Order: sequence, then C-alpha cells, then structure tokens
Amino acid sequence: MSTAEFILFWLFAALTCGGAIAVCVSQNVVRMAFSLVLTLGSTAVLFLLLGADFVGATQLLVYVGGTLVLIVFGVMLTATGPFTRIKSSAADGILSGLIGVVFLFIVASTVTSVDWDGGEGVAHKIAFGTHGKAVESGFNPTQQGNTTRQLGLSFLSLRPDRDLNLGAQPASSKVPNTAPVVPGAPATGMPGVTSPSEPKLSTGYLLPFEIVSVHLLVVLVGAAYLARTKRRTKS
Amino acid sequence: MDTLLAANSLAEYLQTNGVPFFGPLDESTAMIFAAVVHVALVGAWFGLPAGLFIWAERKISGRIQDRLGPTRCGGKFGWLQSLADGIKLIQKEDLVPKDADGLMFRLAPYIVVVASFVGYIALPFSDGWAAMTLDVGLFLTLAVLSLEVLGVILAGYSSGSKWALFGAMREGAQMVSYEIPMAICALCPIVTAGTLNLNEVALLQSGGAWNWNILHPFNFFAFFVYFTCATASCKRAPFDLAEAESELVAGFLTEYSGFRWSLFFLAEYASMFLVSGLAVVLFLGGWDDGFGIITAIKTAFPDGLGNFIANVIGLKVFLVKSSILVCVQIWVRWTLPRLRIDQVMTTCLKYLIPISCFLFAGTVAYPLVLAKMFGQTSIIGAPAGERLVQPREVPGSTSLESNGINPAGVQVSTASAERSQP
Repeated sequence: MSTAEFILFWLFAALTCGGAIAVCVSQNVVRMAFSLVLTLGSTAVLFLLLGADFVGATQLLVYVGGTLVLIVFGVMLTATGPFTRIKSSAADGILSGLIGVVFLFIVASTVTSVDWDGGEGVAHKIAFGTHGKAVESGFNPTQQGNTTRQLGLSFLSLRPDRDLNLGAQPASSKVPNTAPVVPGAPATGMPGVTSPSEPKLSTGYLLPFEIVSVHLLVVLVGAAYLARTKRRTKS
Repeated sequence: MDTLLAANSLAEYLQTNGVPFFGPLDESTAMIFAAVVHVALVGAWFGLPAGLFIWAERKISGRIQDRLGPTRCGGKFGWLQSLADGIKLIQKEDLVPKDADGLMFRLAPYIVVVASFVGYIALPFSDGWAAMTLDVGLFLTLAVLSLEVLGVILAGYSSGSKWALFGAMREGAQMVSYEIPMAICALCPIVTAGTLNLNEVALLQSGGAWNWNILHPFNFFAFFVYFTCATASCKRAPFDLAEAESELVAGFLTEYSGFRWSLFFLAEYASMFLVSGLAVVLFLGGWDDGFGIITAIKTAFPDGLGNFIANVIGLKVFLVKSSILVCVQIWVRWTLPRLRIDQVMTTCLKYLIPISCFLFAGTVAYPLVLAKMFGQTSIIGAPAGERLVQPREVPGSTSLESNGINPAGVQVSTASAERSQP
C-alpha cells in the first residue's frame, strides 16, 4: 500500500466513522441526514480505493443520490416546525446506550475473530492479491476496477485472492466451499471436517457481514415501531 | 496506454526523469505531484466556463431582448464583465439569516460545487485526456450529478424561509423525476457502443460525422430528450422552478448573498458545461471533427508529437461543440417562458419517461432487426468494429486474450457485436 493510498484510506475511514457518530449524537434530523451523506459518501470512496468502481458508484447513486434525497424530502414534507428535532428522555438514552454497547461487543468479537491482514494490509490484499498477482477474470486487470467479484466473494467467506494461489496441493485446486480451518476463526461452517493434509484457507467476512445485516433488521423494526406509536398519539 | 489515471503518465515521467533540482521522485510523491497538476487543470476548467458563459449569457440575452448587453467593462464587448461581477460579489457581506440553520446554510453551496466538480473526473476532453478513465465512467458521472440536488435541497431547507423551502421542494420533486429519463436516454448510446467507458464511447464514433451516434435513428431522438432533461437538471429555464424569481423571490437562493451565492452560479455554469460535454461524448462524436481529419492525423502519426497535436485539435473541437450546446441552453432560456410546476411534472412523467423507455427498447432492438434483415448492424457509417483507428494496448493483455477478446483495437466493438447477436 503506497503512502498516499494509506493516508487516503485512514482519512476516509475516519470520515465514515465520524459521520456515523454524528448521526447518533445530533438531534436535528436534517443534520443527521447530512452526516449520513458524509458516512455513505466516504464508504463509496473506500470502495473506489479498493478498486471496485462499480460498487462505489452504485453506493453513491443508490444511497446518497436516491435514499438520502428521499429522506430529506420526506422530512421537509412532514415537518411541523421549521427545524425538526428529536428529543429523547434520559431513560431512553441509557437503555439505547446499553443495547448499543451489547451490539458493539458482538460486532467487535466477530470482527476481531477474522484474520484481517495476512501480513500486508487487507485493502492491499483485496486489490492486488497475495503474491502481487491478482486473480484476473474479466475485462481489465485488477488495478482498473475489477475487484468487485473478489470483494463479494470475501463477504461470503471465500478468499480466491489468497487461496487460489496456495500451492500445488491437489486439494487446493477446488474452490473452497467448506469451512475455513484457521484455528480460532469461527467465520463459517463446521470446523474440523478437514484433514491436516489440506492447506489452510483464509477466512472471509461472512459473520461480521451477517451481524451487520441483523443490526439493519433491528433498526427496521425500531423504525416501524416509532412511526406507528407517533401516529397513535396524534389520533 | 495505461488509462486508469491520466496522471499515471505524468507520474511515470517524474519517476524516471525527475524534476530539475530534486532528481527522480519516489512513487507516491510523483503520484501526488501528478494528481495536483491534473486537479489544477480540471479546477481551472471548472472556474473558466463560469466566467465565459456568464458573459455569453449576458451578451446573448441582451441581443435576444434587443439590447446591447455589457459594453463598458473591458473594451467594446464588455469582456471583463464577469470579473467585475466576481469582484463585486466577493466584497459583499456574508450574511446568515437569524432563523437559518447556520452550519447547513454555510455548507450547502460547497456540496453543490463539489458535486458538479467531481462530475468532471470521468469526462474525456480528448482521446485519453480525462482525469480518470473509468470502466463505469458514465455511471459514476450520473451518480455524482444526482448529488447536486442534495445541496440545493439543503440550501432551501436550512435558509429558514418559506420561499427557499418552496424552491427546494420543487427542485427535489423535479430532479427526482428528471433523473430517470435522463439516465435512460444516456443509456441509448451506451447500448449502441457496448461500453460504459466514456473514452471508448467517443472513440467508437471517430472517423467522421457519419459514425456519430446522433445519426442512429433512436439515438437521434434520445439526444433531444437527454438535452431537455439535462437542461432541467441544471435548473435552467424553462425548468428553473427552484428559483422562479417572479413567484418565489429567488427560490432557494433567496437568503444567499455574496460569495456563497456566486458559488451556486459557478456550479450551475460548470454543470451546464458538464451535461453538454456528456451529450457531445455520447451523441455528437466527442472530439471527432466530422471530416476524419483527426483520424487521418492519428493514422499517419500513431504516437509522439503528431498524436499529441491531433489530441489538441480534438480538445478544441470538443470544447467548441460543448460551448455550442451551452449557448443553445442560454438561447432556450431567453426565448421560452417558464413552465408551471404541474406542467414540469407532466412533461417528465407523462411524456419524457414513456418516450425514453420506447427509445431505449428501440435502440436495443435496432441492431438485431438490421442484422436479421440486411446482415449488418448499421445503415449509415461504418460498422462499429471498423471504426477504431489505432491499436490500443491495454496493460494485462493476457487477461484479454484469455477471454477470447483480441486486444488489438477491435475489442469493444467485437464484444458489442457478439453481444448483439440473439
């Protein structure tokens, strides 16, 4: 990873997290929406840094250009006062803080269980492959925006960028469909079904990815609940 | 030619030859230097059209209304009028209304400016002369263009004024609807070319005016629908409902003054040029001069100075074509009355969207029908596979060959021709 890439990655990673924190801290709905712009836009830039141009552009088009405009538009249509604020009581704050901390522990434990960097930094690994030679399948070489497939596969716990080059053992020629057997990595599937003669496969990000999806489900349920109670109190 | 970043060639030069006093640079420093140079170039072009076209707008509108327009500032034709305007605007006080949401109010102009600036990164000004040649160039540009509306909505909402709020709501409704036919019509030439890479779309139209996409029967109509939607996306009359100075004071701009107000106009003129440039690349042949001169020069001098001169001529051709389209936008603004908001929505939802869907379906079916009936995929102009003049070396050509695509020039067209077979 070159210096410039390193600086850019940390800058936009910090912007992503800062925007996400600002969404939670702020009370003004439109400011929250703007902080979301920061978070989602920086995520798009992170995808671009990984060489996944299409995913980055889709992130911009769908979330920033589409969903957020709809959110702001909806706020403007439904707002009663000039600047809608969300005020929550102290009890709500404590309760949601507790739940948040519990979820934070779940995510942190799954995230730390993943073998993030096998020596050189995960972003570089995904973008340029393990041995400096990326798995090339598609129209252009990896440096020109052809990492989407590898990114997607690593979210499904398959790491062709590492494992396809593993060596000459016949067992590794199959695309790993079973569990990765790195010790202490509970990423997927059933551990212990493979014999020691098979090579170690790298882990992907399936479990963190699924945990985040469950988070989204929780948020959806919460949003539906809030919307319904609001309507009841009005009528 | 490595086309990931135009900056790559400059960075390589700095690495091998070095700069006069420091010697060869290491990779990241050279990359940063090259990026700074290119950002400065694109930034200059971002600021320049605003000055130029504001002057042109004043002059053209004056002539249309039987006036002279600016005549005093900077000689007989008032060349320096934009500069005088700029100085006047910078001197004004930077006001924030008492009821406004200060932070958002101050931020909104920058969002608009950044959105229309980022739109330039994938726009090719001449063969390979783009800040970034992306395989998803058009997609990224459309995505970035859709961010501009967010800045306008925030500006209107945070102003704390009902005029501004009305303007912002109109802008939101208008832009969310007009994005759809605009994107669909931009897809028509993409289907014809078979690639989202803007550089390759323009390259496939080189060699003469008969190869331009606008002579494709469906793309011809798609061009006009696209241009209508592009005018609307720039908030230009007859679609300037967000401003509507006769109804809403100045719409979302009501509370702005001074430098922040001028930022909105900088962004408006820059995005006028951007959508016109996109139209030129997609429909009007990009940097092709229409008589095959540039192609002839490129065939005669495949690399070196001759190729560079051909690129410079191409750049000028591109700028002239785009400026003509901007002037058409100015002409339309001063001759057509503003639509009502319901008429704006009717135009989009009842007419433009069905028309663009029909055109898209037609563009997809056209080569299939032609291939069935006449055995070739175009009537006017050369078949796409014969248009590319120079072999384009793509790094990592092994991956191209492994996919059965010949890297020597015709890869795009072969792929699209294969794809168009049923």
